[in-house]
Amino acid sequence: MKMSGFKQLKTLGIAAAVAAAALAVPMHAQAIEHRTYTYIYDYWEEVQDCPNVYDVYSVYTSSDLGLDKRMNSPSGLYVKDDHVYICDTGNNRIVVLEKTETGLVPSDIIEKVKGAPGENSLSGPTDIAISDEGNIFIADKGNNRIIKTDSNLNYIMEFGLPTDSAISSDTTFFPNKIVIDTAERVYCIADGINKGLIKYEADGTFSGFVGATKAAYDWLDYLWKRFATQEQLDRMQNDVPTEYDNIYMDYEGFIYACTGRFEPEDLDAGTVDAVRRLNLLGNDILVRNSDIPVYGDLYWGSAGGYSGPSYFSDVTAFENDIFVCLDRNRGRLFGYDDQGRMVFAFGGNGNMDGYFRRPVAIDHIGYDLIVLDTLDCSITYFVLSDFGKDIYGAIDKFDEGDYDESGALWEKVLSTDGNYDLAYIGIGRSLLRQERYKEAMKYFEIKYDDDNYSKAFKEYRKEWIQTHLFATVLVLLILILIPLTLDKIRDMKIEIATSDVFRFPDPEDNMTREEIREYHKKQRQEAREREKAKKAARKRGY
Amino acid sequence: MAGLTINENNIIGKCAGWFKNTFNAKYWDSLKFSLYCITHPLDGFWDLTHEKRGTYAAANTILFLTILIRILKLKYTSFIFITVYWEELNIFLYIASILFPLALFVIGNWATTTLFDGKGRLGQVYIGTCYSLVPYPLMQIPLMFISNVVTNEEAEFYSVLSALSIVWCGVLIIAAMGQIHEFSGAKNILFMIFSLFAMLVMVFILLLFFSMISQGVAYFYSLYREFMFRM
Repeated sequence: MKMSGFKQLKTLGIAAAVAAAALAVPMHAQAIEHRTYTYIYDYWEEVQDCPNVYDVYSVYTSSDLGLDKRMNSPSGLYVKDDHVYICDTGNNRIVVLEKTETGLVPSDIIEKVKGAPGENSLSGPTDIAISDEGNIFIADKGNNRIIKTDSNLNYIMEFGLPTDSAISSDTTFFPNKIVIDTAERVYCIADGINKGLIKYEADGTFSGFVGATKAAYDWLDYLWKRFATQEQLDRMQNDVPTEYDNIYMDYEGFIYACTGRFEPEDLDAGTVDAVRRLNLLGNDILVRNSDIPVYGDLYWGSAGGYSGPSYFSDVTAFENDIFVCLDRNRGRLFGYDDQGRMVFAFGGNGNMDGYFRRPVAIDHIGYDLIVLDTLDCSITYFVLSDFGKDIYGAIDKFDEGDYDESGALWEKVLSTDGNYDLAYIGIGRSLLRQERYKEAMKYFEIKYDDDNYSKAFKEYRKEWIQTHLFATVLVLLILILIPLTLDKIRDMKIEIATSDVFRFPDPEDNMTREEIREYHKKQRQEAREREKAKKAARKRGY
Repeated sequence: MAGLTINENNIIGKCAGWFKNTFNAKYWDSLKFSLYCITHPLDGFWDLTHEKRGTYAAANTILFLTILIRILKLKYTSFIFITVYWEELNIFLYIASILFPLALFVIGNWATTTLFDGKGRLGQVYIGTCYSLVPYPLMQIPLMFISNVVTNEEAEFYSVLSALSIVWCGVLIIAAMGQIHEFSGAKNILFMIFSLFAMLVMVFILLLFFSMISQGVAYFYSLYREFMFRM
């Protein structure tokens, strides 16, 4: 479990730990199970209730849509423009819906392709993707192929088992999830292949694996395995890279990949990522600038029969770089912004609208969210609430460079929900762009955003020194001059104390001029020696 | 208030007397001597006990300053370095987090060394340990102000200096114990490790003790409840 409190208090940490152990200090209080539908985690990793960012517009079941037969364990969801494609896996077909004024209505059903060399009808399709040219790609899992057709479903080509030394040729190819890029290259997740995403060129040749997760390497593990017997080794889990569960190609051509197959400890230790954003080279470029990790729920305690971390089954990303992950464990949706900071979390398991039984896929039209539930055989259509519109508006306005408007919208968000952390940072960022550094610093400090605070402070400091240049130089001069003058004053004091004027010999001694000079010489010599001795004593200290 | 005279019989006079006795020239001299100790550990800590240059009053002052700075740090260090969850901060527990390990160390060190020709007495170990803490307030006060004029790019500067103050304290404690007990280097290190073990043992015994006591109290309390219930 997470322990918050003093986040960066390291000094005398051992001492504190000893004291804490001895006095049996209660650790961080148990997180209160959230009460509202939507929530966020604040800086201290506490659950903060939040107004709804998304409202349920409608839930569509098979009968609501007027389908001829009930959907049977649908597993894939894809959106192209205004069309929603549902892979009705159990019925071996793909249901096409269209978004109209009145909501989603069925527009087409894809059951078979034309002119394929093998089987024409689909068998357990799990995913579909459509290119800008209108070519349709279907992961035809039951027929062990990815099939490519034109917009009229005329067969063009198919993609089969990749020929690679790492895959034995008698492996059966089960393509599960596919995405395509603008050049019609195909990226595929296939069951049992954990080398990463299978990448095919547009001409169908296999060109390698992309974005394999690193197998976690641990020297302790290594040492342990050195001394383990064969039987122990067999029982041990192999260090295999985690398989991805789902992928989404965003508008920039980067692939969001999520996985729900990991050991909870690995997630806690940070050795696996629940969601990644892969570039062309397969490197993870997801920005994680928040202290709150990007893996859904922070508290994994058993509640309502569900325990363990969030297991993401799908991910989708908007054009404003907010990406939404779908947790199949607790039926929740987690939204994160381009910096990896949590925007919202909502949902749950249940039978009411806006709750799920086993959500498997998510996609979006504009800023609307569509979630497919495989057990309920339904799709839930979410639309932004007014609160959500303000948040998205503020983010969009900021990206457009309209910082005044962005700040105003964040203010509006803040007036609705004073616990919404991103609003403070958002206002701060818009103030920063308006070069109102002092005010920006105040907002960043409230929510402990040290990166942005430092940016604002750096500018503020520069400005301050420029306006107070004279004072700064003066202070520096004084700091240098004061010790020097002190030394001078001391010297002068010595000079005065030892000067001839105050040390005339007694006039009654009747000394000659020569004798007086001699006397003064002696006096000065003695004073010098006294000073020397004093200085030496000072140097010794004691 | 014409008849008010200040003499050793009334409270003001007593306070004044205490002040005069505590903050006398010897006190200031011993406090100043701590600055000599931190720059000349071997020489300084030898004189501290053998020449009786240290006083309890000065040691208490240093300890008080250390605790004070540690608390002030929470409030006045920039949030870039320390963020405090004020809702869960227990100031007494926080003070105890310094005093308790210190007491454990002083007692643990004395208890182990006294069995093996350690020349230091309990009080001397206490004074020596407190004098070793001087670099902490000395460095942390300016660092507290510096933290507010740096950005997180310059944070390393703060962190290094902050760590340095702790390391300095650690080195001083080791040096102090060596001089106070008149131990050689290797023996000194060995007994520092023994002291740590002694601390752990004491923590263990204390935990055991508190757990036993609470069990005992719970027993008698339940007995009382039962009794009242049956009445």
